[in-house]
Amino acid sequence: MAILKNFNLRDKGAEIWEGWNRSKRTTFVFAVVGVVILLPFAGDFSITSFLNTPTASYQAVLVYPVGMYILMALGLNIVVGKSGLLDLGYVAFFAIGAYSAAILGTRTNLNIWEILPIGMGLAMLSGVLLGLPTLRLRGDYLAIVTLGFGEIVRISAINVQSTGGPNGIGGVPNPPAVLGMKFDINNLKGFFWIVVVMILLVIWMIRRFTSRRPGRAWEAIRQDEDVAMLMGVPVLRYKIWSFSIGAAVGGAAGVIFASKSMFVAPDMFTFNVSVLILSCVVFGGMGNIWGVILGATILAYLPERIRFISTARQLVFGLALVIIMNVRPDGLLPRKKREKITAKGATK
Amino acid sequence: MNFSAVTGQFWSLLLAGVAIGFIYVLISLGYTMVYGVLRLINFANSEIFMVGTFASIIVSRTFFGYGDSSDTIHGFKLYYTLAACLVAAMLMSGVTAVLVELVAYRRLRAKGTNRLASLISAIGTSIVLSEGARILTQSRPLASPRLLNKFFVFNIGTVGFRIDIIIVIVFAAALFFAVDRFVNKTLLGKAIRAVSMSEDTSRLMGINLNRVISATFFIGGLMTGAAAFLYDLVFENTRFNIGFNLGLAAFTAAVLGGIGNLRGAFFGGITLGIIEVFAAAIFGAQWQAVTVFVVLVLVLLFKPNGLFGEAIQQSRV
Repeated sequence: MAILKNFNLRDKGAEIWEGWNRSKRTTFVFAVVGVVILLPFAGDFSITSFLNTPTASYQAVLVYPVGMYILMALGLNIVVGKSGLLDLGYVAFFAIGAYSAAILGTRTNLNIWEILPIGMGLAMLSGVLLGLPTLRLRGDYLAIVTLGFGEIVRISAINVQSTGGPNGIGGVPNPPAVLGMKFDINNLKGFFWIVVVMILLVIWMIRRFTSRRPGRAWEAIRQDEDVAMLMGVPVLRYKIWSFSIGAAVGGAAGVIFASKSMFVAPDMFTFNVSVLILSCVVFGGMGNIWGVILGATILAYLPERIRFISTARQLVFGLALVIIMNVRPDGLLPRKKREKITAKGATK
Repeated sequence: MNFSAVTGQFWSLLLAGVAIGFIYVLISLGYTMVYGVLRLINFANSEIFMVGTFASIIVSRTFFGYGDSSDTIHGFKLYYTLAACLVAAMLMSGVTAVLVELVAYRRLRAKGTNRLASLISAIGTSIVLSEGARILTQSRPLASPRLLNKFFVFNIGTVGFRIDIIIVIVFAAALFFAVDRFVNKTLLGKAIRAVSMSEDTSRLMGINLNRVISATFFIGGLMTGAAAFLYDLVFENTRFNIGFNLGLAAFTAAVLGGIGNLRGAFFGGITLGIIEVFAAAIFGAQWQAVTVFVVLVLVLLFKPNGLFGEAIQQSRV
């Protein structure tokens, strides 16, 4: 038991990784990416048909919720895991992305690829606008204000004419084909690959940030905001950066989601989604990319998988959250130990 | 926009706002007391409220056998029936709160882990409770039998004071006063205040931390349960997801008054109730929640510690 308690898969993995030379690392990365790209085919054989969940095909589940949740959880991880800001309204940015895709896609001639940067920009802008007044506040107030913002976006979507009210907007266009690859309801693989590309870009971005100035600033803010400020870190500016970058990722996920499901409605953007994404981050291991990905995969797939106990599915989900958090409070794959040791005492 | 409604019915709107505000006060005590000792948002408090609303209705329906078409009752019978409902709601909520603390917080606290882990485990408990209620009630709302004949006791000008509104205001104010006295005057209250100032020091002073924290959850739960009973009395209806909106509003109220501050919760709850009712009258009920949050953001911008956070710091739980 003692060995199990002190065993940290994240550290073990980092040890192996750091022992490798460049060519070994490159091979490994390509191998993993290759396997991930081939994932949509995994459900095609009769022996693997168990991957299909009772209500949705395996490929559909792979795009939404699994891929989408990983993308959003990585975005939220920048906010919660890296800089320690508790955001309970992350769904707002997802909704802003989805609604920009729906409104611009049905009323203008822009296609989804052109809308994607606009949606990200709008999400980012709202992140800045929300962040400017609220990021000065203490953590718990930030939590309630972001929660409120999520609800405001949803309620506005219900009550404003141009967003279609409670019925939402239908007929959101699919993205046009790229290099002969089609994206529609019969070609879900395409959507999965877009999401994978976006996830890889986000991972790349986070890793670049982490080892550079913004990453160090976020880490300092997370450990102790006052000390960071005394050390000359422009706290508010870096908080807003982290907040708006997270928002942009959420917005991007929203655009792709709207175009994949071809329909948006306020019901899709409830507080529960924010909670679920936050659970993915904390459950997997805050601040650690691989933990977050693992957490999001499990939490996205599990409720679909156990749909056969349909009525009690959310109940089991809640129980799983309580039990795992009690057994492994730092998540399944916690952040590196050396980061944790330096953080100890300061964050309490 | 409908300002004429406000000028025309200013005083009746004000009364309605104060009444709902008093219900918020009691629920926000559940949030604010727990926040005071643990520095944690007790996410399951909304579900503790939900449990209370069901307990109160189930007692009157199953125990006393009243139904939707029952006549109102009077005299001594009315008193003991309502008292039984109240006690059931308070006890059920109180016990649920203590259990939530045991399941969601205690182990994590002993490990001394990060606050987000506790938050997620509280969210998990909250999902379990509301989903459990959803399955048991099959997502159907449960109506409360109208036992109390709701007559207007007196009128001041055009404003009618209905009996249930008067009960809410008087009873909630009395309970708040009792809790305030309790926290400030008794030994256990002193222990609660000590823990909220410094956990480590109070442990050194020989305070049994777990017992004090359990007691705090229990008192917070009792108040939330009382709020649940009063809610049933006025609105006569409950659902498995009733806690979400009310819990959110009550938490906002606690923040508005300065979270962790008892008297702040009192003023925050009433202020929020009034703002909410007027916002609904002016902008329409669908914008109610939005107005509340806009107000909250404005308050936090100019008074980051809440409206009353600084002024009565001493009475921090």
